Amino acid sequence: MSTMAAELPQNRSRIRPGRIIAWTLLFIGGLIMITPLLYMFSTSLKSASQVYDLRLIPAAPSFNNYIKVMSDGRFLRWFLNSTFIAVVVTLSNVFFDSLVGYTLAKFRFRGRYFIFLAILSTLMIPTEMLVIPWYLMSAQLGWLDSYWGIMFPGMMTAFGTFLMKQFFETVPDDFLEAARVDGLNEFAIWWKIAMPMVTPAISALAIFTFLGNWTAFFWPLIVTTSRDLYTLPVGLSSFAVEQSIQWEMIMTGAAIATIPTLLVFLVLQRYIVRGVMLAGLKG
Amino acid sequence: MASASAQAGAAPTGRLWDRFSIRTKRVIWAWTFLALPIVFYAGIRFYPTLQAFWLSLTDWDLLRPANFVGLANYQRMFADPQFWQVFRNTFAYLIIGTPISLVVSFVIAYYLDRVRFLHGFIRALYFLPYLTTAAALAWVWRWFYQPVPIGVINGFLSTFGIPQQPFLRSVDQALPSIMVTSIWAGLGFQIIIFMAGLRAIPSTYYEAARIDGLGEGAILRKITLPLLKPTTVFLVVFSSIGFLRIFDQVYNMTTNDPGGPLGTTKPLVLMIYQTAFSSYQMGYAAAQTVVLFTILLIVSLLQLWVLRNR
Repeated sequence: MSTMAAELPQNRSRIRPGRIIAWTLLFIGGLIMITPLLYMFSTSLKSASQVYDLRLIPAAPSFNNYIKVMSDGRFLRWFLNSTFIAVVVTLSNVFFDSLVGYTLAKFRFRGRYFIFLAILSTLMIPTEMLVIPWYLMSAQLGWLDSYWGIMFPGMMTAFGTFLMKQFFETVPDDFLEAARVDGLNEFAIWWKIAMPMVTPAISALAIFTFLGNWTAFFWPLIVTTSRDLYTLPVGLSSFAVEQSIQWEMIMTGAAIATIPTLLVFLVLQRYIVRGVMLAGLKG
Repeated sequence: MASASAQAGAAPTGRLWDRFSIRTKRVIWAWTFLALPIVFYAGIRFYPTLQAFWLSLTDWDLLRPANFVGLANYQRMFADPQFWQVFRNTFAYLIIGTPISLVVSFVIAYYLDRVRFLHGFIRALYFLPYLTTAAALAWVWRWFYQPVPIGVINGFLSTFGIPQQPFLRSVDQALPSIMVTSIWAGLGFQIIIFMAGLRAIPSTYYEAARIDGLGEGAILRKITLPLLKPTTVFLVVFSSIGFLRIFDQVYNMTTNDPGGPLGTTKPLVLMIYQTAFSSYQMGYAAAQTVVLFTILLIVSLLQLWVLRNR
């Protein structure tokens, strides 16, 4: 009887008018948030003469703009460049950040704390400060305008190392000790025993690194000069400048640059949100 | 006997390796794992940092060899009215953008956290912009801000009889217009982090407060906000650093006159980009990056100091 009384007001509070108003406002706010995306897709389906018609649903939708923009193969090339770069950098980060994070979490040796602090301190150095020396280094070593030139600064990150170290510290030593007794070498212990125990952290790191490199703009803009090596954001920017006031073409380009990440999100939504939460709380 | 000698012959280093104690072996493994990363961090992070400081004291211009000029670049920068304009712009992005984005994202997260009906769908609406390419969506917003008959916002305003706004063409409205785009792009991330912070507060605190008869407002002020402080501090710093380093949106929304009109939207990073890669004054640009580094360092140290007093 008393439990009933305790539950009743709670149940009633769930359908309070305040809740309905809050829900409606949140929903409208959410629609406003995606309005730029909706208009981008809507305009990409309009012809040049329809651009001034600001209705969201195009009168005569067509994929002509997409065919026109994709026809010379530029966007496909930039898409492949971005994908290749993001994949390689992500694999490198998953491997090295985990290896270093594991070493710092699970090995006891002199200088361990110094190495950890040194890597952590690089978080304080902004990319913008390094681009001039990187540019000089790339010019001297012939890395300008190459895939490696775009990729090399991000091959390892202090953020990823710190994230992985935090997670490896939660792996019980007993498991690693048992593997050692079984005669596994240290590399195999890390790769076969420890790594499978931190897969949520690995997927968070992978998602972050991939998205960050896929959308990266500043360094690729500096290091690339030939159109064939542009990443998708840099290529889109140059394309948009070239199109001047042909907004339906610019919106098509922007849509092409956005669709892949939206597809990835639709498939991996749960992991991405969880990954952002994990990284945000630990990092 | 035979097998032992065969083993020794096949792996002569194996004997040396076997002589090490287990402890020494593990230390060797550790340094082996760290070898390549140490080269990376030394060569791609620390050496370039020192080099940036050094270049800021030279007149290097990519063509002639660098000459040491002492603090001349810094003197020039602090005497340059354009630098101070850029400095003010950068802090305008920070000082207006950070509080607005934090308050908005907290309010949304606070209410979204209690929503059960279509929770995932509404969360996705707010989160989607964060995943889009900043360079691409900057062009969408640029189109939104155009005058009629092109621009969506002015078209919307005119249906309500509100006069046309110049937005990106005005020295007063351009910076806030770009800031709105930037806040919009980062809001989803901040909402998710705030929601994670709210979830991390144990529900026993709320139950105890309700038993004590505290109202919604009192619970928010006395329990939620204090316990959320680490999350809030993290987001203040993250958002501040983001605004101090703003570039993608400004660059793409003002390509016809980068940082314009009349330099009123130009942030520090755009000035660095132009000084280094349009005018090739590498030494002067390096001095500007040292200023950026100093500002970011102060912000990070403030964070550490605030969290220490927790």
